[in-house]
Amino acid sequence: MKFDYSDRILVPGYTSCLGCGEALAMRIVAQTAGKDTIFTNCTGCSEIFTSRYPTSSWAAPWIHSLFENSAAVATGVAAALKHKGKLDSTKVIAMGGDGGTADIGLQCLSGAFERGDDLLYVCYDNEAYMNTGIQRSGMTPLGAATTTSPAGKASWGNSRPKKDLPMIMAAHNPPYVAVTSMGYYREIPRIVKKALEMRGPRFIQIHCTCPLGWRSEPAQSAEIARLAFETGCYPLYEIIDGQMTPHKAPKDGWKPVEIYLKPQGRFRHLFRAADGVQQIARVQALAAANIRKYYGDEAVPDFAREAEKKVAETAAATA
Amino acid sequence: MAAKQEILEGAMAVAHAVARCRPEVVAAYPITPQTHISEELSQIVADGELDAEFVKVESEFGAASVCLGASATGARAYTATSSQGLMLMGEVLWNIAGMRLPIVLACANRSVSAPLSIWCDHQDAESVRDCGVLQLYAEDSQEACDQHVIAFRVAEDRRVLLPVMVNLDGFLLTHVFEPTELPDQALCDAFLPPYDAALKLDPANPATFGAFTEPDKCMEGRWMIHDAALRSLSVIEEVSAEFAKVFGRPSGGLLEEYRSQDAETILIAKGSICGTIKDVIDQVRDEGKKVGLVRIKTYRPWPKDALLKALASAKQVAVIERGASFGAGGVMTPEVKETLYDAGKVIPVSGYCVQLGGREVPPDGFREIIDRTSKGQRQKAYEYFRLRTEILPDLVPTK
Repeated sequence: MKFDYSDRILVPGYTSCLGCGEALAMRIVAQTAGKDTIFTNCTGCSEIFTSRYPTSSWAAPWIHSLFENSAAVATGVAAALKHKGKLDSTKVIAMGGDGGTADIGLQCLSGAFERGDDLLYVCYDNEAYMNTGIQRSGMTPLGAATTTSPAGKASWGNSRPKKDLPMIMAAHNPPYVAVTSMGYYREIPRIVKKALEMRGPRFIQIHCTCPLGWRSEPAQSAEIARLAFETGCYPLYEIIDGQMTPHKAPKDGWKPVEIYLKPQGRFRHLFRAADGVQQIARVQALAAANIRKYYGDEAVPDFAREAEKKVAETAAATA
Repeated sequence: MAAKQEILEGAMAVAHAVARCRPEVVAAYPITPQTHISEELSQIVADGELDAEFVKVESEFGAASVCLGASATGARAYTATSSQGLMLMGEVLWNIAGMRLPIVLACANRSVSAPLSIWCDHQDAESVRDCGVLQLYAEDSQEACDQHVIAFRVAEDRRVLLPVMVNLDGFLLTHVFEPTELPDQALCDAFLPPYDAALKLDPANPATFGAFTEPDKCMEGRWMIHDAALRSLSVIEEVSAEFAKVFGRPSGGLLEEYRSQDAETILIAKGSICGTIKDVIDQVRDEGKKVGLVRIKTYRPWPKDALLKALASAKQVAVIERGASFGAGGVMTPEVKETLYDAGKVIPVSGYCVQLGGREVPPDGFREIIDRTSKGQRQKAYEYFRLRTEILPDLVPTK
């Protein structure tokens, strides 16, 4: 059987892990964007697994510079295209992981959005610095174990909730902000197309399962990403010209966070010890707050309210 | 058409010279004492006199990265900075050189914090001397202007394809008014045709920039930068000679030999300090002593052969620096020693750090250096000249 990859933008043969959510999402983004695109990329897993000299998986023009400047390089690409009268025909897509975007890359990203630069930025959020071996980022969720926020006798893992990066980008008032997931990979083309119809700075964040860093089954990557949304842990939405439209709520109702946490080794420590239950309640309370924020108070299920009550009681007791 | 000299502030002159080189993307962030360059370029664009994208970046790191992206897309890109700004774009400069992008930048040389100082020394530029960015040093405003034109030509030459930094002393050149002749636009256009990238980001011909290399290939990739830098020596001479022919000024070149051809005591220095040194040399020559100056104009690549030739008559050398390598000695001083040593010419070489952070050395200071050097004995290997020991606190704090 012969395969024809001549129409692919991201050509197979790259060396991502089995079940890599970022690779799947990036393939779909690139394919949707098409050949008339210039891509910039942060240092991270994706540039490593797609550009091992002398090979390259990129059938479109692509540049990797440094860890923290994907947005600024894209600004430069757009400026050059504009000067040459090519910005109407050639798209500019800057890409990066959560580390290179929300932490070390935030300055360049914010600058580009403040200036109104004509580019689409796609953040592939797998919730830690995966390429360097699973270290905590500002996007690592509460309770997740990473090598720099490990679980231990004196630690429940990451002690902070996720940085709300999409809201930070929305505060720049760009024409488009979207949060989607490789769990809903069929929705990614519509979202990318929507973004590419517009001009100015646009931001898409894609939740990406990392089976290696999350210690989950590669075959379950998409399912686990869907559970992130269905438990309220990872809200999905679009903001078009300031108008917020949340993703349709799960048709079977919001699920308890345990269902999302259980299949992932990075949360295993929460299930081992008896008082891990307290920590899980904190994660549930965060999910409850998300559901309330995007779907209204009535949408918050009872088990989630229980968790909020428990967390409040614990906080009052230890105050 | 007769050339016109105008009294111009150094930074302003540079901005107009750069504008005549028709950069397509300019991205610069303010920092004293470079700021007037960026502001004037911004005004030139705002007045419709230069068709360029002026990107109001959020930091020097952003400035260099925007230039990188623009240059990779085939546009002529330019930035200007100093000191802390140069430090902040340091990571990007290595990346730019490694990707062989012909960006030109000005560095208005300024001291590096801490302690904080906005005044002149060369530690900023010298701290990035190893990364493959070529470095030219101007003595006056005219050279600062002209070296930019030369810089774009050299950078974009397909035998080179490396970034070039034009160094001009902060305040001493940027903020001083001198009679300057801006390069004629028509001559500039003929001397510097539009940038035609050998390889660029282009959907019509997709290419991958910034791949990673494994150990079996990386050294070769990096050696190629060194190779291009060495090759640029002859390109700089060639372009400088053409510049002299077209514009009538010897602003380019690897070095200047000022009354050094038969000198026994030779000073070596770079930048605006050479103006003062030349005056002192004239006085000493009037007394019949054979002293001269070799002024380094191209610092990277290091003009080894030209320097050796220029030092042919020297019996002793003093290297005048505005830099230092803390915990070791000088920066240019060891490079001079290496050049002489490799040629088997082991004469006394004394190094002098004459200023860090802008404290001027008056002519009598250079006179003292010349007198001490002429004695033929090597002084200290590297001396912090006229260090004000009386204001130093206890160097080793007691409890």
